[in-house]
Amino acid sequence: MAGRYRIAIVGSGPAGLSAAARAAALGISHVLLEKTDHLSDTIFKYQKGKHVMATPSQLVLRSDMAFEAGKRERILDVWRDQAAAGAIEVRYHAEVKAITGAAGDFTITTTKDDTILAETVVLAIGTQGNPNLVRCPVGEGAVVQYQLDDPGEYIDEHIVVLGTGDAGIENALGLAADPEQRNSVTIVNRSAEFATAKDANVKALLAAEAAGRLQVRRETTTAAIDKGMIRFDTRDGEVSMRCDRVIARMGSAPPRAFVENCAARFEDVEGKRARVAGTGVEFSSADRVSYPVLSPTFETTTPGIFVIGALAGYPLIKHCMNQGHDVVEFINGNTTLKPADEPILESRFRDLPGTRGVDEWLEFLRTRITVLEAMSPLQMREFMLDSEVRFYRRGAVVFERNAPGSSLFAIADGSVLVQVNPSDPSVTVPIACGSIFGEVGLISGRRRGATIRAAEDSILVEVSRQAALKLQSQVPAARAAITRISIERQLLQMFGSGLASEDLGEVLDSAEIIAVSAGKPVITEGEEGDDIFVIRSGSMVVEKQVGGKPVFLSYLPAGSYVGEMSLIAGGRRTATVKAAIKSEVIRLKGDAIRAVMAKKPALLEKVRRDMASRQDLNAFIEAKKDSFSGVVDLYSSVSNFLVEQGVGEATDVLLIDENLCVGCDNCEKACADSHDGLSRLDREAGRTYAHLHVPTSCRHCEHPHCMADCPPNAIHRGPDGEVFIDETCIGCGNCQRNCPYGVIRMDAVPPKKPGLLSWLFFGRGPGPGEPGKAWSYANAKPGVERPKKAIKCDMCSGIDGGPACVRACPTGAAIRVAPEDFLSVSRLERGEG
Amino acid sequence: MATRTASRRVKGETLHDGFLRHRGFRWLKICTVFSLVAIVAYCLVDVTPRHNGGSWLGYVLGTIGALQILWLTALGLRKRAMTRGRWSLKAWTSAHVYIGLSLIVIATLHTGFQFGLNVHTLAYALMMVVIVSGMVGVGFYATLPSALSSNREEMTQPQMIDALRSIDRQLHDAAQPLDHHLAALVRGSLEQDPFGGGLMRRLSGHYPGCATRAAQAAIRRETAYKPKLGEDPIDKVDALLVRKEAILGRVRRHLKLKAMLEVWLYIHVPVTFALIAALSAHIVSVFFYW
Repeated sequence: MAGRYRIAIVGSGPAGLSAAARAAALGISHVLLEKTDHLSDTIFKYQKGKHVMATPSQLVLRSDMAFEAGKRERILDVWRDQAAAGAIEVRYHAEVKAITGAAGDFTITTTKDDTILAETVVLAIGTQGNPNLVRCPVGEGAVVQYQLDDPGEYIDEHIVVLGTGDAGIENALGLAADPEQRNSVTIVNRSAEFATAKDANVKALLAAEAAGRLQVRRETTTAAIDKGMIRFDTRDGEVSMRCDRVIARMGSAPPRAFVENCAARFEDVEGKRARVAGTGVEFSSADRVSYPVLSPTFETTTPGIFVIGALAGYPLIKHCMNQGHDVVEFINGNTTLKPADEPILESRFRDLPGTRGVDEWLEFLRTRITVLEAMSPLQMREFMLDSEVRFYRRGAVVFERNAPGSSLFAIADGSVLVQVNPSDPSVTVPIACGSIFGEVGLISGRRRGATIRAAEDSILVEVSRQAALKLQSQVPAARAAITRISIERQLLQMFGSGLASEDLGEVLDSAEIIAVSAGKPVITEGEEGDDIFVIRSGSMVVEKQVGGKPVFLSYLPAGSYVGEMSLIAGGRRTATVKAAIKSEVIRLKGDAIRAVMAKKPALLEKVRRDMASRQDLNAFIEAKKDSFSGVVDLYSSVSNFLVEQGVGEATDVLLIDENLCVGCDNCEKACADSHDGLSRLDREAGRTYAHLHVPTSCRHCEHPHCMADCPPNAIHRGPDGEVFIDETCIGCGNCQRNCPYGVIRMDAVPPKKPGLLSWLFFGRGPGPGEPGKAWSYANAKPGVERPKKAIKCDMCSGIDGGPACVRACPTGAAIRVAPEDFLSVSRLERGEG
Repeated sequence: MATRTASRRVKGETLHDGFLRHRGFRWLKICTVFSLVAIVAYCLVDVTPRHNGGSWLGYVLGTIGALQILWLTALGLRKRAMTRGRWSLKAWTSAHVYIGLSLIVIATLHTGFQFGLNVHTLAYALMMVVIVSGMVGVGFYATLPSALSSNREEMTQPQMIDALRSIDRQLHDAAQPLDHHLAALVRGSLEQDPFGGGLMRRLSGHYPGCATRAAQAAIRRETAYKPKLGEDPIDKVDALLVRKEAILGRVRRHLKLKAMLEVWLYIHVPVTFALIAALSAHIVSVFFYW
């Protein structure tokens, strides 16, 4: 192709489009490559009429394209018109296959084998990119495809669809729609529920299954695919069936391989083409969710290739558009341009003593705090956007013991004192400048273990959980440092007894972190062993075999330790300890602990005391052994049921005693009336065992699944341990899909109702509880768009009197409990089993 | 037990008692003492010629009784007004039950056992109707919830209705190849409102004219002597009708229990308003003729 472009932009999403608009405005020769026939495919694929939000609201938009919150159609129309008016050169149906060359002379090859020459390349391809591939072995001649264009073209085939997201279900339904095609369609779901698909799709799928039009395999994974045959691992063992074609719709991963191979050199390794290490675009770590390493001007490790937008780690539209603008300015030689987040960062540093600029502050923090040392300036900027930096006067409290919080603190200047003894505040341990604290809350999600005060005037960085996790994935050194410090602190805090960190050297060297999947034991009754296990995250249940049946003894949250009895008293393990949910334990070698105990008799004394209470419980069980009957059986099975229902990872859960529940739904009505007219719980839905009902309502997990992927970072843990969603929610629905308990709903706030008395006396409005859709629709203010946002239980935080559902239960059926209050056999002693 | 490093708030000491046992029967105790005091006072105070509502003790008891009635009525407001603050509807319900029962003693003593055909006795009679209906309600509340829970087996009411609809759709498709007279039976099952027939039907849970059961019986008679060939559409219809009957039974039991949990309120609440009207008339007339 004749002519070389100054800038080639790959991907026409918000970032790419904004970059192209800037280039057009500056009169730079450019080309925007889009693989489909329309701009901004990701937003194009949003459902019709979806409300697109513009967060973070404090961020100023700096782009030649306009953008404000509104309906998908309107945003796409505006962009299309502006792209046309701004004379952006777009090339549609140009899917880039490879990029070769070097700065000033790149060759871009499309899947149609067209080539485009460009001096610089801006990658703005987002992360939707590449479908997740089938991981099981695929035999020769087997047909596996990741897309289905026209379901009508397959006739008389045995087709297996993998994945029960919306795409998978729609494909399966499409293939089975017409009986004349005589396809035998099977859809495979890894779990028993269809958590990731829209309700309507799930209903349609179940109806099709009931009508016998297709088969649904639940709790099944694929073991192997061969020509004409597929093998599954199911709950009941392996199953083989005929299969002519596999359609895999299992989500997508960032298009990492493509990006890495850009402008890379290749060599032959054992007959395969492999990238020469150190060439191409480098990523920050091997982690699946890591991002390319970027300079402050968004340049990758390959000069001339720039990465912006979601692929650079910025999923929000405004960020993307600003970066599109900025990157073209940078390429055009504008080096004085300050990033658009400058005002936000300035406000972060405004209240600190000393007059430093943003860059100086970032450098100050990076060089002073050990775990931040390996960060790039761009990473530091992003890191500080998610973090707070504060100045504390001498003696000021940073946080109190038992306060909830999952953030990590780093000391940039000064030092702090930890009050290790709750009954005597004068006993303190110092933590020096450059170090971190608060990591126990970060790792276990549990409350703070000690009060911390500033020992002198100090500058502390509070790193949000999100930012801390990102930090650990981007900077391996930071991860190792945080891990070691956290183990050491956890041990010191747990054992107390005047232990100092130097005493623990040997124990720490022998410590190893073990991941335990749910239901797997760390200690088995009757086996030999003298290691101690510290529960780092997750939770464990303790069981003992009585009369051939496992009896549920107790529930151990993160921060507890087990295994001391065999260590001190010798003998075999007296009970089985297994993970209630996916957990992490620290295994400490018995010998190392014994050595420390020999040096520190106070520690031995403390462990002995802890052990005594457990021995009491064992003795109690032994004594009751013969009379153990229905009561204990019931207790054990109820406890197991609750653990299965995810109560093991809960911090606070709503239970309903169905011996008392009269089904008046006053809890739901109270919930709706306390929160903008929308109920956050579904009383009737959910599992029941022995009349104990776990309704569909938030459990406020230790490690909330909903927080995992929230683009505006709108989900937080509040002061009473509640997990809540703030008003910056963009309504993307990620949290709803990530929640394994289905407790998050997406809905628009209904209009305000008339008061209770005017309903009671004059019949105005819909009465107590959530108004019906029809009423909301009829009474909506015309012209006011109410976007659908994620809503979930916030434990009525800020409402005097506590959770409305419990207060409003007329019979006392609704109760809220923390699992450790509930899951202990010792309750039997009080006759409450 | 193995050690906890962070001790949490102590909660849930009274985790789990129903409204009748609330706080160790606090309101039962209070109301029993109160009623006993009233009875003792009634026995000790000498009113000539005989006890009546117009003596000083009668006025005291009457005033207390009237205030109790007003407070008891306020439960309806409390239940619906989700205001902030440390209140518990369970405590209110508990007090409502026991104070309501103590009203039997207070109001009866207030009458001095003088009854006649007048507005005063009407008010008393209405009050007793309200209290008795309330006692029935408490009885239902104490016995029915576990049956409701066992019957629904983790299904929600919308899920039951959905299941019915889905079976209906399948029945509709499956019945297409059937003979006319058999298809008519299935149509009967599809077209009938399976829960209609009024309050008594719903409360009893018996639906003698159930078209589904009739259709199922008739189709079973057809299939009983036929060899099972596997491919006969009538077998599928038969199976679907059996399933529909099972789910119908479940929904009917569900509706029956829910209706029983609510039906007493249809006496309790309207009669309360009638009671307040009669009570007002009673008070006004007493002062008018004073």
